[in-house]
Parts: sequence; structure tokens; C-alpha cells
Amino acid sequence: MIRRVVDFFGEARYAEQRRRLFYLALVLIVIADFLVPREHAEYLWDRLPGWSAVYGFLSCVLLIFVSKFLGHQGGLMRREDYYD
Amino acid sequence: MIDFVHPALLFILGALPIPFLKGSIRKAYLMLIPALAILAVLTVQPGSYGAAEFIGQEILIAKVDRLSIVFATVFTIMALIGMVYALHLTRAGEHVAAFVYVGSALGVVFAGDYLTLFLFWEGMAFASAYLVFAQRGKQAIRAGFRYLMVHITGGVALLGGVILHGLATGSLLFGPIEGGMGVAAYLILAGFMLNAAVPPLNAWLTDAYPEATVTGAVFMSAFTTKTAVYVLARAFPGTELLVWLGTAMALYGVIYAVLENDCRRLLAYHIVSQVGYMVAGVGIGTEMAVNGASSHAFAHILYKALLFMGAGAVIHVTGRRKLTELGGLYRTMPLTVALYMVGAFAISAFPFFSGFVTKSMVVAAAGQDHRALVVLALTMASSGTFLHTGLKLPYYMFFGMDRKLEAREPPPNMLVAMGMAAVLCIAIGVFPQPLYALLPHPVDFEPYTGVHITESLGILMFTALGFVLFLRALDPENTISIDTDWFYRKGARHFMWLAEKPLARYEKAVSDVSETAVLPFLHGTARAGLRIDLNGVDAVVNGVARSILRGGGALRKLQTGVVTHYALAMIVGVIAAIAVFAVVWR
Repeated sequence: MIRRVVDFFGEARYAEQRRRLFYLALVLIVIADFLVPREHAEYLWDRLPGWSAVYGFLSCVLLIFVSKFLGHQGGLMRREDYYD
Repeated sequence: MIDFVHPALLFILGALPIPFLKGSIRKAYLMLIPALAILAVLTVQPGSYGAAEFIGQEILIAKVDRLSIVFATVFTIMALIGMVYALHLTRAGEHVAAFVYVGSALGVVFAGDYLTLFLFWEGMAFASAYLVFAQRGKQAIRAGFRYLMVHITGGVALLGGVILHGLATGSLLFGPIEGGMGVAAYLILAGFMLNAAVPPLNAWLTDAYPEATVTGAVFMSAFTTKTAVYVLARAFPGTELLVWLGTAMALYGVIYAVLENDCRRLLAYHIVSQVGYMVAGVGIGTEMAVNGASSHAFAHILYKALLFMGAGAVIHVTGRRKLTELGGLYRTMPLTVALYMVGAFAISAFPFFSGFVTKSMVVAAAGQDHRALVVLALTMASSGTFLHTGLKLPYYMFFGMDRKLEAREPPPNMLVAMGMAAVLCIAIGVFPQPLYALLPHPVDFEPYTGVHITESLGILMFTALGFVLFLRALDPENTISIDTDWFYRKGARHFMWLAEKPLARYEKAVSDVSETAVLPFLHGTARAGLRIDLNGVDAVVNGVARSILRGGGALRKLQTGVVTHYALAMIVGVIAAIAVFAVVWR
């Protein structure tokens, strides 16, 4: 059972199925976010359905590019023999 | 009837017979002691034990309350899991070191006064350093010395703070620091923050953990930073500085994790990030926040150990640790993949995994305390957590490009240990109530609300979308990253340059003077001396000279020329001097 699940995520022949399942999940999550009751809305974003999807995506992109910028342009990344 | 068995004692005294036991008897013994310790912690009653006087100070070996029980419970559970993971080792050294390490961590968690705390604090540093040295090889030995040097420096700061604190208040009992923050409080705070790996005092962690042995790193990932969270929660709840340092720390670890190529170093940066949540929780200091910090420490120890065990299994089987050299292992190690992913879902706080019910408590406490910025930053950090430990690391380690590595599942004991941790990660996520009942304050928090579930899934799955779209930008690169360890790795070299160039020139000038003026005079006296010498003193002198020569030879061997050794010797000297001073002066 475990092997089949793991294979589903690894084998190239399931790529199309994986992609469809993934986008379906994304759509369902956003729809669900519009449907859930929101009683304790303390902050502005608590009242916006779909906010978490936008924030999650932006966070991810921001983290990738800010870090890589710091690594390459900021000089944080060095050759492996830097300390030798 | 003994009403209190100190679990630290169980481990530290229990370490002594290990080298004399063989084969399956040793294996049984290695699991028996942690099991007994779990029992001891489960049956312990809150109270004070082992009060005494030492150099005119009140000593309290064990002070048991709800906060210490939370940490002691997870420490003993973790000790059992870690031991199962390390059962296949044949050399006793690592087992002994791990026992002493766990025992010292438990000693800190129950310490009722600063002297007891300091003693166990140093015990932890030395025992854990052995787990790095045991890896052998130049790289590990060097990292081990750096690790020891940093921790002993932190220990000196802590001891200094403790002595000043004791002088000011007249008591060394360990509890919340009251009154304003003076020099003493800041020194103690610095010592604690160093062990919690709060930037800029974080680099020892990411420097040393990936160099430790496969089994040693599992122990290290659990104990040092979490004892630091415990002492911070005990002494500094509600310290505003910690809120901001913790929040910055959560993002700091995530940013570095993007750049990292070494699989265990990437996970180590996520310890920094996750401990950031706990430090921020302690800093907020409300009942809910301290609950959040302690429950997150509980969950974190289990899932982080699981992740380290997964990465360790890969290193154990393939001998490789860089993401650029790994890939395609899912065919040969499906169980490892599945168990690792349980840890990854737990750290990312997916619903029905442990992180979901603990991390959210810290974030909710920040929200309740009207700290919008902290909420946003911590939420961003959890996106980064899933990005790396849940997507990037497994993708490049287990899937990604197939490098046709020869691999198989790790030994059964490793899989069993991972299975134990995985079961707990899911059990805590599905049934959070037993953990909530253990927490120091009453819990008024419901993790499973509709909004919380859809929001978490939104954050996580759209992070995955970002990962899928920008996968190429995340390809690991064959580099290392500069962190604050630069200062003592490169900075030490600048110091050596100073010692070699200007100081050497000064020395040469002095010796020039002595050659032109002092030497001729010395030659003259020497000739006179020679005459007396030859006529009688000779026999005595020859004997003395020979023994001095021998002594000199021995001394020369001590001089290694490695700057860390000298620094270590100096620090040991400082500690000895302070100890002598404390005793004599009392």
C-alpha cells in the first residue's frame, strides 16, 4: 500500500493524474474557504475568503526570490572550500 | 518508599554499566533505562526535592512543576526513540554520551537553583560534543571544537550572570527574573539565547549538527535548544525582546534553508525557525503563549527527530548528504519516504498532524495579544517550512533526478524508531487533548475550526503551487552559506594574522636588541660560569637538565598551534579561576 502511494508521487506515468488532482485540491480549498463560517474576525484578512491562498503563494515566491537574491547578490553563498 | 527518583540520575548513573554489557543484554538495557525514566516522570509529584546547602548557598536539586513535567515527559519519550534508532551501534561511546546528554538535559529541566542548572548545562555541552567528535574525520573534529568553544563561552556568560544575580539578590534559586533587566539578567539571557540558537548566536547549531553522527544528530536535534526554551519560559516569560528575536528567527531559518544543499543542515536551519515560534511564544508570555511554546516544543522534538532520522537513514544507506548528489531513492526506500513525510506534514502543520495543534496556539496567542505583524511573519515562516522540509528536501532527496544510487531500507531498528515518532506525530494531531491536559496552564483553544483548517490548507497548498511553478529556481547549488560562524572561522584567521605580522615584528626588534647588547655580556658570564660548572656542579646539573628536557618534550606536545585549542584552554582556565574564586571567597 505504502509503496503504491509513494510510487504514485514518483513515477512519471502518473504525472498527468497528479497534476489534475493537485489543481482540483487547490480549487476545492478556495471554495471551502468561501463557505466556512467566520465568527471571530479580528483582523482585516480574517474577513477575506481566499486570503490565505494568496498569502501562502506570495510568501512562497517572496521567500524563494529574496533568499536567492541574498545568496547570490548578497554574497551569502560561497564555494564549498571557502573555509579551507 | 522513595517518593522521587530523579530521572537525570537514572540516565547518568545508568550510563556507567553500558561499556561492560554485550550484545542483546546491552540492547535490552539501553531501552530499559529510558522506559524506567518515562515511568519516573509519569509518576512524579510536583514539589521540591533535594534541598541542601553548598558554599553557603541554598541548593535545590529538583523542583517539579507542570512546566518541567511537560519537558521531562517528551525528553524521556525522545530518549527511548533515539535509543531504538541507535541500537545497531556496536561502540559503547556514543550510547554513554547520549545517556549523559539526556540525563543532563533532564537535570536542567528539574534544576531548582542556578548552580545545579549550570552544572547540568555544561554536562550537556560536553556530552553532546562527543556525538560530533564520534563522527571522526577532520571536518567533524573541527566542527566539534567550534561547537565546544561556543558553548563554553556561553556557559561562562551564564555563570557570570548567575554570580552577579546571586550577589544582587542573595539567592541562587532559579525562577522568573524579577525587577529590571540588569547586567546579570542580560548575561543569563545571553547564555540561554545562545543555547536556543537565537541569531546572531545561532551558527553553532547549523555548523555542528550536520557533522554529528547519524544517530547523534537525532539526539542533538531534540535536547539542547528545547532545554533553552524551557529555561527561557521559566526565567524570562513576557520579555518583549524575545518576541521580536523569535519572530526574526522563524524567518531567518527559513531564508537560509532556501540556500542550503546539505540535507541535515537544511533541517538544522528549520530547528532555528521552529524554535523561533517557541521563543516568540515565551516572549509574548500570556498563558496561552507559554502553553503554545511548551506544546510546540513537545511536538517539535518528535517531528524534528523523525525528520533527522529520515535524513540520517539516507546518509546511513548511501553515504551521501548533499541534495545535488541525491535523488530517485523512492523506489528503494518507500517506507523511509512515507515516514519522513509524516514528519514533514507535522512540521508544516497540516491538519491531523501534531504541528497543527501546537504551532497554531502560538500564532493564535500572538493574534490575541494584538500583534498583527508577528502573526503575519509567523504565517509566512510556516509557508517556508512546508516549502523546504515538505517539498524541496523530499523532492531532491527521494524523487527528482534519478541518480541510480544503490540503496535499500535502513536497518529495522531505525525504521521502528521512525515509526514510533510518526505514530506520536499523528496521535497528537488527531487527539490533542492529552497533550493539552499536560500543559502548564489551562487550555482554552480549539484547533479544529472550519476557518483554521481551510486557512492552513490554503497557505500550504498554494505554497506547493509556488513550488511547482518555480521549481527550477529552487534547484540546490553546490555551495555553502556564510552565517555568523564566519566571525570565529574567518575572524580567527585575521586574529592569527595580527599575531603573526605586527606582534612578530615587535618580537624581532626586541630580540635584535638582545643580540647586540645583551648577548656579549651573557657570553662573558657564561664562560666564567663554565669554569665553575666544570669543577663540581656538573653532576647535579646533568640530572636536573635531563628531567627538564623530558618535561619540555611533554609540554611541546601540548602546543598544537590550533587556535581553538588555545581558546578552549583559556576558557577552561577562566571557569576554574571563577570556581576557585567562588569557593575561596565564600
